[in-house]
Amino acid sequence: MSDAGRTSLIRNGTLASVALLVLFLAAWQWGPGLLGIPTFIVPPLSMVAGEFVHAWQINHLLLHTGVTAAEVLTGFLLGSLLGAFVGYLLGMSPTAEFALSPYILALQIAAKVAFAPLFILWMGFTVYPKILVAILIVFFPVMVNVLTAIRGVDPDLVNLARAFKATRAQIFWMIEFPSSMPPMFAGLRIGSTLAVVGVVVGELVGGNRGLGYLLTFGEGQANTPMVFVSIVMLTLVGGIAYLAVILIERRVLHYLPARNIGSNF
Amino acid sequence: MADVVRLEYRNVTMRFAQRGGQGVLTAIRGVSFRVGDGEVVSLIGPSGCGKSTLLNIGAGLTTPGEGAAFVDGERVEGPNAHVAFMLQKDLLLPWRTVAENVMFGVEIQRVAPAERRARAERLLANFNLSEFAGHYPHQLSGGMRQRVALARTLAVDPHVLLLDEPFSAVDAQTRMLLQRDLAQTLKRAGKTALLITHDLLEAVTLSDRVLVMSARPGSIIDEIAIDLPQRDDPIARRSAPKVSDYVARLMERLDISHASLESQSVDGRA
Repeated sequence: MSDAGRTSLIRNGTLASVALLVLFLAAWQWGPGLLGIPTFIVPPLSMVAGEFVHAWQINHLLLHTGVTAAEVLTGFLLGSLLGAFVGYLLGMSPTAEFALSPYILALQIAAKVAFAPLFILWMGFTVYPKILVAILIVFFPVMVNVLTAIRGVDPDLVNLARAFKATRAQIFWMIEFPSSMPPMFAGLRIGSTLAVVGVVVGELVGGNRGLGYLLTFGEGQANTPMVFVSIVMLTLVGGIAYLAVILIERRVLHYLPARNIGSNF
Repeated sequence: MADVVRLEYRNVTMRFAQRGGQGVLTAIRGVSFRVGDGEVVSLIGPSGCGKSTLLNIGAGLTTPGEGAAFVDGERVEGPNAHVAFMLQKDLLLPWRTVAENVMFGVEIQRVAPAERRARAERLLANFNLSEFAGHYPHQLSGGMRQRVALARTLAVDPHVLLLDEPFSAVDAQTRMLLQRDLAQTLKRAGKTALLITHDLLEAVTLSDRVLVMSARPGSIIDEIAIDLPQRDDPIARRSAPKVSDYVARLMERLDISHASLESQSVDGRA
């Protein structure tokens, strides 16, 4: 695509996006009233905004958001590190991959959020079970992508390095590790959104902190606006996590032509 | 031929277990030849005759079943700092700049950083690539990428270059320019090279000698000394009258006029 074409795409696309947002917010504000939907089913925008201020002042919304964000960040970082580490390990040892793959597959197939009650039984109403669910759920996309990347390294490239008398460590750090970066970031993007899911499920199951707790709290009081506020804040936390991954990816993969970095999704 | 033998294959035989079956496939049988110091020798033969396997044996990446390769009189037991190879694929690393790609081999061999940079600068200047030193491979054309790959091969200052169809992936015009670059570089640096090619004209214009291999099991069936001046100018050599005689002889030895596609190996490169 030409630069001029791209510029006009960005301009027109942004314009359309903003128009859609305005349309959506307007529909949210006046739609329910026009359609006769009661406010305890779909509260209009202004009511949710009012609840936001109320929750901020009375219900420690910022604290709950902070707790959730911290759990997401911790779970995401630990899960990614673990996933990358195991991915490299299995990628370099076919024997280990062969031996471990059935167990990894079984764990992958198991609904990982179903472990949340178990972790709460083990660790109580603390932040740890939430982080653990996030670790478990982030682990797989990162591990699978790193493993596939290591397996996919061009053998001729490895032979070239070997012909230069490269050591195993040099082959890893100079070829395999950098080769794994683009697929790893694809895994991290998925992981960043899944981390939020893991944490919220953990918070829904038990505890008295975090946006998941606020969700059940609002539900218990039939406070629909509070449920909406929690959903919006969760989306915000997930969005920021995803955006952070993309920004780091752009820096790390700066050498790729822009079109190869992938879309914004 | 020069008196010093840089590269030698002594009675090299290579067998592979056949996939699925019990049989053993003999890819190469009893190949022996020598390449003298500063000599450029081409190896031609039908697909699957084991040319690339011979190259891997020379680079120390494959151990032959029988016989051995020798570089500077020393038996090749594994990768060797005196040998460098270059393939049809440029194998440039996309996350390294052009200069960093040229330094790839010397970095592995732990040459001091200042010396690495000096070598990269000199080679890039030789290939008219200085202004692209900071570019990434995807910003270069195929011919430029292949020149960077050649610079990377030369950066380790090898005695012997093993070249496996290095220019077969570029267009015909670019190929002629790359052949000239290679020929001039080899002449100037006095490097020894073994060139695998499918292009008979390339073999004749670039080499001092051409070795012809048979179909599998591959063995050397002919050796033709190319008695032409100007080995450093393959473009000028193209118009020498004797070139067509050499090409005709190679075609005859390869039996190209009688060969059918069915008789060619189906599994391609060996």
